[in-house]
Amino acid sequence: MKKYSGFSLFKHSLSHHENWQAAWRSPQPKKEYDVIIVGGGGHGLATAYYLAKVHGITNVAVLEKGYLGGGNTARNTTIVRSNYLWDEASKLYDHSLDLWKDLSQDLNYNVMFSQRGVLNLGHNLQDMRDIERRVNANRLNGIDGVVLNTAEVKEIVPIINDSQDIRYPVLGASWQATGGVARHDAVAWGFARGADSMGVDLIQQCEVTDIVTEDGAVVGVQTTQGFIGSKKVACVTAGNSGVMAAMVGLRLPIESRPLQALVSEPIKPIIDTVVMSNAVHAYVSQSDKGDLVIGAGADSYNGYGQRGSFNVVEHTMSAICELFPMFSRVRMNRAWGGIVDTCPDACPIISKTSIKGLYFNCGWGTGGFKATPGSGNVFAHTLAHDEAHPLAAPFSIDRFSTGHLIDEHGAAGVAH
Amino acid sequence: MHHIYCPYCEEMREEEEYSYTGEAHIERPKDPAAISDEAWADYMFFRSNPRGIHHEMWYHAAGCRRYFNATRDTQSYKVHETYKMGEMPSITAETLAQAKGDAS
Repeated sequence: MKKYSGFSLFKHSLSHHENWQAAWRSPQPKKEYDVIIVGGGGHGLATAYYLAKVHGITNVAVLEKGYLGGGNTARNTTIVRSNYLWDEASKLYDHSLDLWKDLSQDLNYNVMFSQRGVLNLGHNLQDMRDIERRVNANRLNGIDGVVLNTAEVKEIVPIINDSQDIRYPVLGASWQATGGVARHDAVAWGFARGADSMGVDLIQQCEVTDIVTEDGAVVGVQTTQGFIGSKKVACVTAGNSGVMAAMVGLRLPIESRPLQALVSEPIKPIIDTVVMSNAVHAYVSQSDKGDLVIGAGADSYNGYGQRGSFNVVEHTMSAICELFPMFSRVRMNRAWGGIVDTCPDACPIISKTSIKGLYFNCGWGTGGFKATPGSGNVFAHTLAHDEAHPLAAPFSIDRFSTGHLIDEHGAAGVAH
Repeated sequence: MHHIYCPYCEEMREEEEYSYTGEAHIERPKDPAAISDEAWADYMFFRSNPRGIHHEMWYHAAGCRRYFNATRDTQSYKVHETYKMGEMPSITAETLAQAKGDAS
């Protein structure tokens, strides 16, 4: 792997940037691997990267039915934060935030991580009480956060509607200054390039059609490119996790639903932070290209169609227009849906299963992007040692029968 | 936007009149205290979540305010049928697969 640098950029400019090497190989699958990762999204690629880098396991294949980072990695609103309420979740997401800080240097790939701060708005007294509680819990866990009043919110986002006479007035917000956004595609590509350079095979256009087991243990997967053997198979397939589980007769506490997002036409810089509101199901930031990146709520019903309901988008747009009246005439360019794997307690499942050698990393629901590096990091540990990473241990699938649920609907929560 | 036929109102109505209330035909264990934690978790949290034919409950919130069942394809979003509580679906993944087999 050739290192990217200012010098290499200059050197390649002399040949009109026509001679850059490919960022990764496109190998044929081998007969057998030490670990097969199903799903070439951000989480799967990060898992492969950390397996190779931290644990020295490089005989690994990532199988992707479409192209790398083409699912939810390409469809989210790129928000990164760690202000979750409960100890277990806040530690996991903060571990991820720590990794984000050095990720561009670590990968030698600019993931454009920008810590521009995240506001979570409160619109009624109960919202503000919940925000106070969450910020206090965050600070006890060493995560920065402050509670802001309306005037302080207005100072950070001058264009916000601070009228107290609207249906959902802005009474205040929580503010995590270390939160922000990152370039979603670059995260997948950076992890892919890093993993590939250490010997991981990234195999695209390769759909897993069956998981093959013998005597309660995994022996490999059947794919559209034939059988590939491995004693460890890790499913990192987000919305399709239930479909994967059904291949071996398992069920998961997960329902898959479309979550929508949309972007506007590019406009001049107008909003330099991230504004989120759980109550009205809307969140907005501005990309470096100038588009407003807007997220909506999830549909209420199960679906795999990668498109959502009109009434959900309409609801979000009316909320955005009330919060930012000046956006009312901005035209929207594109809208799409991603299939999110929602858990009853809005927390992920990072777990072994009752089948030996079969692992699941799923259930990230509506907020998986922010966890990409952390999720891969702890899941790689779980795969390498066949034992949960300490940060991942509370997220075992056993919690649904022991009752140790981690209810993050408040913090995870933009219905979302 | 779905148009869903309410089997009680006997009319097609818009999606916004309804709320979705999850997988259908899940029976509450008769004696919860007698079953294992795993069996209770299975009833409480674990779902089939198929990509394809799904039997699910809907609530006609802005209409007759009654629950009913629907058979819907979660990939194409086609609503194959709706039927009253207590009834069983006439269309399932198996009957559709069979019909497809007969046609070809």
